[in-house]
Amino acid sequence: MSEMTLQVNGRGYTVDVDPATPLLFVLSDDLALKGPKFGCGLGQCGACTVIVRGQAIRSCITPVETVQRAEITTLDGLGTIERPHPIQQAFIDEQAAQCGFCLSGVILSAKALVDRTPSPTDDDIDRALSGVLCRCFAHTRMRKAIHRYAAAARRA
Amino acid sequence: MRPALTTDARAALRSAGVTGVSRRGFLCGGGAMIVAFAAARHAGFESAVFAQGINGRGSTALDAWIAITPDSRVLAYTGKCELGQGLYTAQVQLVAEELDVALSRVALTMCDTSTTPDQGTTSGAQSHPANFNQSNLALACATARGALVRLATDHLPAPATDLATADGSVFVKADPSRRVAYGDLVGGRKFMLTLDASAKRKNPADWKVLGTPVPRLDLPAMVTAQLEYVHNVRVPGMLHGRVVRPPSIGATLSGVDEASVRGMPGLVRVVVRKNFVGVVAEKPFQAVRIVDKLRVSWTPGPNIPAQATYYDEVRRDRSSRDTYLLDSGDVDQALRGARVVSATYLHPFHMHGSVGSSCAVADVQPGKATLWSATQAVYPMRDTAAQLLGLQPADVRVVFTRGSGCYGINGADTVTYDAALLSQAAGRPVRVQLTRRDEMAWENFGNAFVIDQRAGIDASGTIVAWDYEAWSPALGGRPGYDSPGNVVTGWLAGYAPAASTPRAPAPAPNTPLNNNLNTVPSYVTGCVAGVCRGTGTVRSERVLSHRVVSPFFTGPLRAPERFQNTFAHESFMDEIAAAAKADPVAFRLRHLRDERLRTVVRAAADAAKWDARPSPREGVFPNPAHGRGISCVLYEGDNGYVAVVAEVWVDQVSGIITVRRLVGAQDSGPISNPDGVKNQFEGGALHGMSRALFEEVTWMDQRVTSVDWRGYRTFAVGTRTPVIEAVLINQPSAPANGAGETAITVVAAAIGNAVFDATGARLREIPFTPARVKAALSTRGTA
Repeated sequence: MSEMTLQVNGRGYTVDVDPATPLLFVLSDDLALKGPKFGCGLGQCGACTVIVRGQAIRSCITPVETVQRAEITTLDGLGTIERPHPIQQAFIDEQAAQCGFCLSGVILSAKALVDRTPSPTDDDIDRALSGVLCRCFAHTRMRKAIHRYAAAARRA
Repeated sequence: MRPALTTDARAALRSAGVTGVSRRGFLCGGGAMIVAFAAARHAGFESAVFAQGINGRGSTALDAWIAITPDSRVLAYTGKCELGQGLYTAQVQLVAEELDVALSRVALTMCDTSTTPDQGTTSGAQSHPANFNQSNLALACATARGALVRLATDHLPAPATDLATADGSVFVKADPSRRVAYGDLVGGRKFMLTLDASAKRKNPADWKVLGTPVPRLDLPAMVTAQLEYVHNVRVPGMLHGRVVRPPSIGATLSGVDEASVRGMPGLVRVVVRKNFVGVVAEKPFQAVRIVDKLRVSWTPGPNIPAQATYYDEVRRDRSSRDTYLLDSGDVDQALRGARVVSATYLHPFHMHGSVGSSCAVADVQPGKATLWSATQAVYPMRDTAAQLLGLQPADVRVVFTRGSGCYGINGADTVTYDAALLSQAAGRPVRVQLTRRDEMAWENFGNAFVIDQRAGIDASGTIVAWDYEAWSPALGGRPGYDSPGNVVTGWLAGYAPAASTPRAPAPAPNTPLNNNLNTVPSYVTGCVAGVCRGTGTVRSERVLSHRVVSPFFTGPLRAPERFQNTFAHESFMDEIAAAAKADPVAFRLRHLRDERLRTVVRAAADAAKWDARPSPREGVFPNPAHGRGISCVLYEGDNGYVAVVAEVWVDQVSGIITVRRLVGAQDSGPISNPDGVKNQFEGGALHGMSRALFEEVTWMDQRVTSVDWRGYRTFAVGTRTPVIEAVLINQPSAPANGAGETAITVVAAAIGNAVFDATGARLREIPFTPARVKAALSTRGTA
């Protein structure tokens, strides 16, 4: 066990864990965040996605010791029910989910993409979400929501 | 009938946000109107392997209610849960509509054995039939509204016939300013009502909330990560468990070397019960480390058939349970006088493949237990968990807590048993989340099928006989109320799966057709003993099924068996149409007599701008080749009509199919929420496409090898998907049908038929991999 300092959603945390612990376990068990979820533990599905240094990464295969001091953003950190982030609002506007278990992967991968590529093409979206699964297959609505968010972000 | 509330039930009521008004308060002191559900239908549940549409066995002690509070809020309780299909929102719409209150005044509690009625399992597209027709939740609302109107005659100067309801009040139709709020009607008094079967529901023409695209009420919490899934449940003192599944199918435990992990950080204990092995640790990653080090030895089980020859083995299995659904007695004779078309269709085991590995939290204490579970069946789970734990069902509370979309019996039930066993052994609350491998290797797969079809056509191109014979393996299934051994954890802990009783040959059919599994094609009359329940015109008909024992656990997977059967029926109908050189749409219409099924076929064809001509397309096949195909079904024989037209491109060099459009029409009775139905249609269509093109459980040497997303293929969100259009046919006066399993059922055949139209190559085995497409291309015209 070692003390680790983490910056998550704008707040500082100190946790005492095995340094090899996957970041996901720390976020969901030590910090009790609900956004990142365990889907496969293999980096294949995206359910555990968080944004670190502007990149959407898989927290289930990221040892916590490698992200000390980096700013980590989870789905919990974007907006609230009362004031959703514009990308969250776009998903509400398009009703782009069914069970919602995959949303960290879909929304955060898309946000990281639009943050660096304000006018993403469908090819860009294909690449950014090529490792994100939704087994309810709300794919069509999700793509519309991503385009809607990108358009709104350009106007803002 | 005096409802009995346990201490836990009262606690649950308080924790369910019933601020200041406990259910006991309703019953014993405070004013409220309560509509008790009459004991729900006893479904005559048997531990059938494929039990579906289990609608609960009711309760005489603690049942479901609608309650109206003194401040005019409506508390509603349902045994049909939100699985991602939008049922929370649709049920709130129903309550708001029937009781004339704003959506925001309704609080709905779903699936908690301490508070909600036993409505069995949320499955089989049965939630709308159960709760939106003249029964259960809808009837409770109508009963309550009728009672409120009658009460209002004491407050308002008009007879009940001159009163109406709106916005939580009863008012005089002729003078809407004269009104009284529901809460004032209830006042400080107590009313106990039972369901009134004749209570008058609203006319759908007057609907203001039902029938409209109310946005999902839960979505803002989902997109902002505020919704609590079962994966997020954390209770005080909770530990983390991890299970050790056998290394191969049928292996049994020969030893656990506890010394191999002694002294490891966080270890609370190693748990062994017959063949069940697990560990409990303080933190989740500690549990991972401990399981990695734990030395467990196993004795291999008997050999299982090799995958390469599995379909032949299934067909040869003589210890089968045979069922004749139809036998007109003249099929062989009719075929002798006709031109015969025949084909065999193959369908592999499929898995639910939830994105989230299943998870549950259990708090088992001496004499009582609380289980947080994403099970579709809280009451059956209560009973079977009680069996495993040696408790009385009344001492087990199961709280449905949302999980990853399940599409049927994924790992949710088995992991609930895992958590319960580990918590009982540890004496503290335990959370268990399965690994991806344990989820995929041991879930209850959708079953494989081998289906032989034969049909005869006469000189005029009319079908004169249809002969179906199928073999399908099964093992276990939903645990129901008494068979925990139907899923892997129960079996490991020492319970047997429900027995499969061989019965061959099958007795002759003697009861009117129930086409619940869509075993019977749409084009036959379905006559048994003079009662004809089929949707088609072909009189000479035989439908014979053989159930054999599966090496793997199986269970309902979205459109269970209906997906497999409809793939075979609708592909074969296309083969017959091609043999008769007839247009596939016109040929279907010629053999269908059910008007609503005919309507969806025409509507889908119209919407797709169907190019009427026989398949395949004439002339040389270009590259890529394009084509269109259609498929239709009356789901479960009585639960929703659907037709889909697929348009595809086929790259004849690579064998890759690209589905360009999926255009469908659906009639599920009255539409509760058009956007919700559309969302289900779109998701179902793509789920069906994934199953048709990619999905297949694989195994080798007694081990399932499709244990992650590289081994079990699907397609990512970053994949171009076809344009999907749905024509929704609203039938306000028809019974409410399910809408979540319709589109998925017809998509595979529509795609396969489109590939045939494009190329002349017929696909008879799912999934339609590039290798199979190329093989079919190379043999076209000869097969």
